[in-house]
Amino acid sequence: MASLDTGDGGGGHKKGPGVKKAKKLSTRVDMTPMVDLGFLLITFFIFTATMSSPTTMDLNMPKDSKDEKDQTKVKQSGALTIMLGKDNSLFFYEGDLLPDGSNFKSSTFKDIRNEVIKKKQQVEAAYVTDPACEAKAIQEKKDPKDCRQKDFFVLIKPTKEANYKGVIDLLDEMTINKVARYALVDPFPQEEELISASLGIAPAAAPAQ
Amino acid sequence: MPKVNIAKKSTDTDMTPFVDIAFLILSFFIMATKFKPAEAVPIQTPNSVSSQTLPENDAVMISIDKDDKVYFSIMTKNDKQKAIDIIVAASTARNMPVTAQEAAQYFPGDMIGVPFNKLKGYLNLPGDQKKVYVQDGIPVKDSSNNELYYWIAATRSVFAGQTLKYLIKGDNVSKFPAFKAVIDALKKNDEQKYNLVTMPEGAPAGTELYKERNNIK
Repeated sequence: MASLDTGDGGGGHKKGPGVKKAKKLSTRVDMTPMVDLGFLLITFFIFTATMSSPTTMDLNMPKDSKDEKDQTKVKQSGALTIMLGKDNSLFFYEGDLLPDGSNFKSSTFKDIRNEVIKKKQQVEAAYVTDPACEAKAIQEKKDPKDCRQKDFFVLIKPTKEANYKGVIDLLDEMTINKVARYALVDPFPQEEELISASLGIAPAAAPAQ
Repeated sequence: MPKVNIAKKSTDTDMTPFVDIAFLILSFFIMATKFKPAEAVPIQTPNSVSSQTLPENDAVMISIDKDDKVYFSIMTKNDKQKAIDIIVAASTARNMPVTAQEAAQYFPGDMIGVPFNKLKGYLNLPGDQKKVYVQDGIPVKDSSNNELYYWIAATRSVFAGQTLKYLIKGDNVSKFPAFKAVIDALKKNDEQKYNLVTMPEGAPAGTELYKERNNIK
């Protein structure tokens, strides 16, 4: 008990030869081991912590339908086709692919955003007010502005060599640029040929030796 | 000349505020930490701007690893019986039934990546061996023998009438055909809505989404 008794030694106590004066002890505790332990735990938790928990992204696929009238028609003027090839290569064309493939262009993940934005603005500029669509949007409590891009449709066509990250990045690009209509589709044989032809110039030529 | 008397200052610093902060940080980390469940197969997921959180219950997760192997996990930690039912139903549908006792050795959330003919052997492995056992992946590539189809069909029948989410978790470097095979198996079961597991990232500056999220007109 003596250690806590730091107050006046006298008070009601008798002073005399038989009464030993209590030794004053410091109340200070050495905190160092506690701090050591505290920081050890902090480092442990920092290393084990998974700060960002994974998120999920919605993907809705259309029903496979052989019936012509169930399939969504894509207006040629508002279509943008993006194809993914080997090693994160990216190709795109607007509208329909010309027979000579002259509108088939190659791109990168960095540049494709500008292409998407450019095409979207182009479609929005060509928009002729469609009261039916806007009325429907208001009724469904959506932004009537979305009607301006109703003809805009992005087709994402990953080839067999495309990797998953590229597909997700492109789908994400649609969210980033607020593209309302897009779909994952298989590439046509003609497109695959063009992709392998344009890739064949540089990297695929090597294993031929 | 009188001697200048320099006061002797104690070298002791008061550690109390320092300790206070240290323990504040410590308690923050204790609260914020969620331990990563041990994964049999590490999967590096891509990033996306999506901000929806991952459901932990009433979901099945289909994982694709970097070698395009497909795994199936049943995320029903609050109802283990469902996981058992799914395993029994799926294996029975393929005429390679496992018993409920064997299925009970599956721990919800674990990844199953074996063809049905090896399922019995896999489930009977002791816990620590299960973790190191190299699984071959569920066969999906061959559309006539897409075993994932049976897993999903069994899950659908067990979850009939209840909410069920399909999570697809793919590795960055996995190839698209594996993903397509998974989608095909789901589509064959008339399931069109999936959730792709990603890591969060911010919307790139200047884009429309960025403007919307930051209320810039």
